[in-house]
Amino acid sequence: MSQNQSEIRYLTPPTVEIKKKKYCRFKKNGIKYVDYKDAEFLKKFLNEQGKILPRRLTGTSLKYQRKVATAVKRARHLAILPFVTDLLK
Amino acid sequence: MKEAVSKFKGVITENGGEIVHEENWGLRKLAYPIQKKTTGFYYLLEFKAEGSLIDKLETQYRRDERIIRFLTFRMDKYAVEYAERKRSAKVEQKQQEE
Repeated sequence: MSQNQSEIRYLTPPTVEIKKKKYCRFKKNGIKYVDYKDAEFLKKFLNEQGKILPRRLTGTSLKYQRKVATAVKRARHLAILPFVTDLLK
Repeated sequence: MKEAVSKFKGVITENGGEIVHEENWGLRKLAYPIQKKTTGFYYLLEFKAEGSLIDKLETQYRRDERIIRFLTFRMDKYAVEYAERKRSAKVEQKQQEE
């Protein structure tokens, strides 16, 4: 029986997802201040409708997620970033 | 536009403020239309002042029709550090170009 089990062959090799570890880019790169004037940088934290991406997708730590959020909101107020759009990127 | 800038610089200095840095971004496209305008001049002023100045400054902003948007906020220590580093980097770049 045990021999039989080891002989199981898959038609397509099973896809084992290797989880890539997420990291906080601010902690890694030693960025301490999120600049609201830098639209290109802030766009990394937005989806294509201009919404702020959640932490679980970007891997940002809570401390910096809050800072990103305020920076994005400041930029939106000054029309550096849009409130709503389609196809931002 | 220069007139408006000098007016507000005057408001800051007259009320005991000190301008640390200023930056003219020039004409830029707005991300969304404000008062049916699609472009605007951006100007950044970094200054040191007492808290009482802010109220006066913001009422002046609201009264002035040329100002379509404004943002005043307190810079924390990291923001100051960032701004200083950015400035010194710019100066170095200019020196290298020369």
